[in-house]
Amino acid sequence: MKKFSVQIRLEILKMLKQRGFGHLGGSMSVVEILSVLYTKVMNIDPSNPAWEDRDYLVLSKGHAGPALYSALALKGYFKKSILKTLNDNNTILPSHCDRLLTPGIDMTTGSLGQGISSAVGIAKALKLEQKHNKVYVIIGDGELNEGQCYEALQFAYHHKLDNLILFIDENKQQLDGFTKDIMIQQDISKKIAAFGFDTVKVDGHNEEIILKAIKNALLVKDVPSCIVLDTVKAKGVEMYEGDINNHHVRFNDNQIEYINNLIKELEEEIS
Amino acid sequence: MSVEILMPSLNSPIELRNVYGETLIELTKENNKIVLLEADLMGAIKTNNYQKAFPDNLISCGIMEANMVGVASGLSLRGFIPYMHTFGPFATRRCYDQLFLSIGYAKLNLKIIGSDSGVSAAHNGGTHMPFEDVGLMRLIPKCTVIEISDHVMFKDILKQVASIYGMHYIRIVRKNMEQIYKEDSTFKIGKGIVLREGKTVAIVATGIMIKEALLAREILEKEGISTAVIDMFTIKPIDKELLIKYANKTELIVTAENHNIIGGLGSAVLESLEGTNSKVARVGVKDRFGQVGTQQFLQKEYGLTALKIVESVKENL
Repeated sequence: MKKFSVQIRLEILKMLKQRGFGHLGGSMSVVEILSVLYTKVMNIDPSNPAWEDRDYLVLSKGHAGPALYSALALKGYFKKSILKTLNDNNTILPSHCDRLLTPGIDMTTGSLGQGISSAVGIAKALKLEQKHNKVYVIIGDGELNEGQCYEALQFAYHHKLDNLILFIDENKQQLDGFTKDIMIQQDISKKIAAFGFDTVKVDGHNEEIILKAIKNALLVKDVPSCIVLDTVKAKGVEMYEGDINNHHVRFNDNQIEYINNLIKELEEEIS
Repeated sequence: MSVEILMPSLNSPIELRNVYGETLIELTKENNKIVLLEADLMGAIKTNNYQKAFPDNLISCGIMEANMVGVASGLSLRGFIPYMHTFGPFATRRCYDQLFLSIGYAKLNLKIIGSDSGVSAAHNGGTHMPFEDVGLMRLIPKCTVIEISDHVMFKDILKQVASIYGMHYIRIVRKNMEQIYKEDSTFKIGKGIVLREGKTVAIVATGIMIKEALLAREILEKEGISTAVIDMFTIKPIDKELLIKYANKTELIVTAENHNIIGGLGSAVLESLEGTNSKVARVGVKDRFGQVGTQQFLQKEYGLTALKIVESVKENL
């Protein structure tokens, strides 16, 4: 899992460097959760993305597309060379996830708050079908500003969607700065627990701990689960960690040099 | 299309909500993938019997329209065929971005029933009175927009859209509508219906304005103005061919809609006649908000009457 995380991080850096700009911060903070899901948890078949018995992942914070595209390419949903085409004209990898363009993307997202509703809808459908597929959904802490998230939470609890695990990427930042300065979140875990979710908060950059939390959540019956991931925005790219402008970055020459060095370091780490 | 026209109807008017739940029961018997999404308006649209017949297929979404549309997207991803109903403003305006992206842009399947079209919202007033829903829904690429003329058409369209993948907006009067078509008539989506022939003027109408158009025709014919009346129940994709035919055949097209003249039927007709020399006049709501009142009062207030149509014909001919 750790190696897969490094690989995802490496591919994100390469993609964004190639493009010269992109959603760095929020892509880097979800690396470990994607690594755990795609290596140890999800029941998937990369050669058949539409397999009806697969587990679903909805990346509701659709701007973290580059992180998910990296995971999908590494799993073999499409060729790794395609990653270079991020945001190119006619690419299959747009900045925000699009189910019609990219193999392995289960739902189109990008307008915050909408993916979580689609996820609860899929979970409800699976309940009606009496199927055992699981639904995983990742939302951002900034995304929790959107009222629609709380509608989806109510729906998930009311309909006893224990086939759903909600991950909240609590990187404590959003586009304009720190969440505490933009819109106070209070204690996210307590808030989600108050909606009836079986909720835990874990280190969002520790694969083993995340995996253990997911295994526990999968045993929960009758209520949906939530795992709040304590994360750092732009994790692993020290130059940008803690920087209030790390949501969407555009690299200058110095920054490109820094990214190049980091790419080398990560490549060495893998080999 | 197999249509027989009854108008002027001898039958008493029938509430459209009386056929909604029943038609969907029939449909669900045939296809268990049909689901009904409710936003706390079961009492208003009378789906209690549906719930009794198919308790699992009726999905209570609470008063959360945005989430309801998202839930529909998830259900559609698994091959279900969701129908959702709520009052027109809440079925469109309230959850527009969700409809646009999670259904339209994501190419998913949803049947949206928006009730209490325009002034038929009557005593619920301005907050519940959609004069903009058709305009909004027309702007969603590939969304089919239909305004229902009576309960016979409602039944048929509800059945038809079950097997047409995609997004359909179906605008209805929830309560009484006079019967225009003979029971079991079938309709062709995208094809307008010529209710009355005429040579000088063609009135193109939808919904409650069809009755007004027919009354206007009686007045005009008495004065020697030969008047055609067309039910243009599919507002998008509109029957351009028929419009051009009548634009060539007559001297004037008058549209009549229970909606803002900006963005609705009138706009759609003008757009399809672009580049022709046709003369078009629009009868409808003139860029105003709704208000409370009886439907009769409101029709007068907003100029949605046979007399307004006659006036428009005379002004523009």
